[in-house]
Amino acid sequence: MSWEVVIGLEIHAQLATQSKIFSGASTAFGAEPNTQACAVDLGLPGVLPVMNAAAVEMAVKFALATDAEIGRTSVFARKNYFYPDLPKGYQISQMALPIVGEGKVAVMQSDGTEKVVGLTRAHLEEDAGKSVHDQFSDATGIDLNRAGTPLLEIVSEPDMRSSAEAVAYARQIHSLVRYIDICDGNMQEGSFRCDANVSIRQKGDTELGTRTEIKNVNSFRFLERAIEFEIERQIDVVEGGGTVVQETRLYDADKDETRSMRSKEEANDYRYFPDPDLPPLIVEESFIDSVRQGMPELPQARRTRFVESLGLPAADAAALTVDRQTADFFEATLDESFKPRLAANWMTGELFARMNKEDVSLDAVPVTAEQVKGMLIRMQDGTISAKTGKQVFDELWNGAASADAVIADKGLKQISDTGAIEAMVDEVLAANPGQVEEYRGGKDKLMSFFVGQVMRASKGKANPAQLNDLLKKKLEG
Amino acid sequence: MSTELHTLTLAGMQSAMQAGEVSSRELVDHSLQRIEAVNPEINAFLQVDTDGARQAADAADAVRSAGHAGPLTGLPMAHKDIFCTEGLKTTCGSRMLENFVAPYNATVVDRLNQAGMVMVGKANMDEFAMGSSNENSYFGAVGNPWNPEFVPGGSSGGSAAAVAARLVPAATATDTGGSIRQPAAFCGITGIKPTYGRVSRYGMIAFASSLDQGGVVAATAEDCALMLTAMSGFDERDSTSADVAVPDFSAGLNESIKGLRIGLPAQYFGNGLDAAVGDAVHAAVKELEALGAIVSEVELPNQHLCIPAYYVVAPAEASSNLSRFDGVRFGHRCDNPADLEDLYKRSRGEGFGAEVVRRIMIGTYTLSTGYYDAYYKKAQQIRRLISDDFDKAFESVDVVLGPTTPTTAFKRGAKTDDPVAMYLNDLYTVSANLSGLPGLSMPCGLVDGLPVGVQLVGRAFDEARILSVAHQFQQVTDWHQKMPASV
Repeated sequence: MSWEVVIGLEIHAQLATQSKIFSGASTAFGAEPNTQACAVDLGLPGVLPVMNAAAVEMAVKFALATDAEIGRTSVFARKNYFYPDLPKGYQISQMALPIVGEGKVAVMQSDGTEKVVGLTRAHLEEDAGKSVHDQFSDATGIDLNRAGTPLLEIVSEPDMRSSAEAVAYARQIHSLVRYIDICDGNMQEGSFRCDANVSIRQKGDTELGTRTEIKNVNSFRFLERAIEFEIERQIDVVEGGGTVVQETRLYDADKDETRSMRSKEEANDYRYFPDPDLPPLIVEESFIDSVRQGMPELPQARRTRFVESLGLPAADAAALTVDRQTADFFEATLDESFKPRLAANWMTGELFARMNKEDVSLDAVPVTAEQVKGMLIRMQDGTISAKTGKQVFDELWNGAASADAVIADKGLKQISDTGAIEAMVDEVLAANPGQVEEYRGGKDKLMSFFVGQVMRASKGKANPAQLNDLLKKKLEG
Repeated sequence: MSTELHTLTLAGMQSAMQAGEVSSRELVDHSLQRIEAVNPEINAFLQVDTDGARQAADAADAVRSAGHAGPLTGLPMAHKDIFCTEGLKTTCGSRMLENFVAPYNATVVDRLNQAGMVMVGKANMDEFAMGSSNENSYFGAVGNPWNPEFVPGGSSGGSAAAVAARLVPAATATDTGGSIRQPAAFCGITGIKPTYGRVSRYGMIAFASSLDQGGVVAATAEDCALMLTAMSGFDERDSTSADVAVPDFSAGLNESIKGLRIGLPAQYFGNGLDAAVGDAVHAAVKELEALGAIVSEVELPNQHLCIPAYYVVAPAEASSNLSRFDGVRFGHRCDNPADLEDLYKRSRGEGFGAEVVRRIMIGTYTLSTGYYDAYYKKAQQIRRLISDDFDKAFESVDVVLGPTTPTTAFKRGAKTDDPVAMYLNDLYTVSANLSGLPGLSMPCGLVDGLPVGVQLVGRAFDEARILSVAHQFQQVTDWHQKMPASV
């Protein structure tokens, strides 16, 4: 039988606000347990939530970035359930009227093609705290630092047809939320978490199959594996004559499998109702305009500009717009004196290779865009060769102040004085009469031998272009 | 003079202090003595802050000596135990919060502190403000000072009884379905529930968030106006508080009511209304007519839907608001829980009283999948109808008037086995909560030695109007001056 896989994702992106969604407590990660929870986060009696305007602004940014409808009037609702790390006994979320309605996002697939994935909605809600099970032998600890952290839950249409498509979509959203600066995207810290709704159906069917929901996957690799496992499991169930049960499942990375958490029958009745403590959230046109003014150039537009205005190859443009930081870094290295392509080559070649080798991300790279720019200017004006550039870059990586300082300190200035090079060429030819004879007899390969000898004599500083010209002239002329 | 100090109104005490006839310390000490002597009989106070009150009184006297006294400086008062007071227990009348001490003040508490008022203690109440007789307090029922065999009303029964017994001249109170006005009526005092949003709910433990509103009970409308001016106003910590300018309610009290249009809803004078109560209310109407008011009938055609709608919305919100009392972070926790479910079940089962449990169950039911549309959503639609009825009535009248309650106070224990009979106490009061309108109750008679209350409902944010009507009425009548024999 031939199966079609249908996947939709719910992504929880933690919004990068300074304070919580309904209180003034800090959202910084990693503080001592329960030190960043105020009376509102603790759900003490009598306290009330107050909407954080920064979270609203971020939700609107997301809507603008995904061409989505903006809910001019959205409503907060209470999702009621008991859990020790849910202080109020309900989570404030949005149900019937979310702040972000239908939108879409163009996802670059691994084969370079683009697929448009529909967004059903995105809504604001507060995060719960954390239960700590492994620190006490006979009790569970509760850390409420995370309670009340703003989340944007981004719900996709069931438009993905493979785990690879799902991951590509998740990566696209991940890149986008960082691009527009509404989420730090840190998956280890839980700032970006995915739930996957997975079902299968026979190819050609139009009805959706029964879905299962895999909860809280916090890496792209795990997302792909969890979906893969789940697809296989569902196919096995159906082909074995069984039926897929609607349920929530958990991905166990250690065992690389999904496990049932709770079935539909066991599911809570959340008793949603509009939160009477929060009036409907009205988003004015003027507010949307002001958010629009502050929007950065979106990745797709930037990619197109890099190709069309800067003349970069599509692949380079894609690599350099993978995130906003990379694109900003690249643009900061540009100078009128050289073509953007020189900088693009340098970044996608030398810089990325070095980052890979050292296993560091761009923000940990010890070289600034300004320093790279200084180096590229010297490559362009012939002060140093591309090869010497690598050496200069190495020095910059190790703490040198600037390319000019390295060139001066290490005496790396290229010899472009024709007289000086000519003298060295003459010396080398005089010292190797046999090879000169052979070359003139037709052994062209010896050219590199002569180049090497002169380079050695110049300690690598001879301008390669001039050197080549002079050698050719002397040997053939 | 000392033995008579307590019979002064808030405004009377204010004048006496301004005239240098009495100090805040003397007023407060006298109040503390009265509480010590009388409270054992009526149980109006759950907690008395003797030291704190004396210190605050001395500080107030110092402020007055320095020439910085405001209108409320040094005046004694009590807070309903639903308002959080930093460093002092706030129980909400529940075992659940028997030992709860909030690390913050309610906005109302802050504002009255800043105005220089002196809180002498915390007043008893029905548990989580659920009740109409103050028999639902975990800390014991409150006796009506007019006759301790009778209930003082609820849920602000402690506040109303404390004022009626002249233990304090005024007290804060809250009203979700009548909890200020009904006990004010039963205890023969004046109480106002302002417009929803007028007084901040921050730090006021929630029962039903869309209906709860803080207010005040005192002997007179003049006293209510004094306190309400200080309590009211926008609070950035309460998103439902209204950013509407607050007038000086005292300044408007003397406005004539000549030409004022008063509407009597036929629906407030029909079945269920005790005849003697109806007579007292009609007599009050005559007094107002004599003052120049023009009386006509108005229709509130959806009045009969108020109680059903209220008893859907209020328990629904309560069931969610009370979920935070789970034994995990604060409040009552059962001994040796076997597991999480046991912790929840026993902590809540032990911590909540029967009426609270009943309402949580009703509310949980009405919010459940499959019932939400039939109950909660429908009740919200009815709220809209009731608001529309009032809007229509206010096209032709300025104030809607009727009895506050169908009967005078009933005997303790008389309705404890019949929740529906108890709920019908709110027959005339819940509409003001469902529509968010301001409502005031003032005394207008005595039937068999028990007070009768008349209710005035005004337009949104028009508290000044109902206060001035009440004040004008109290200038020509003496019902508000009548006190229980024990006083």
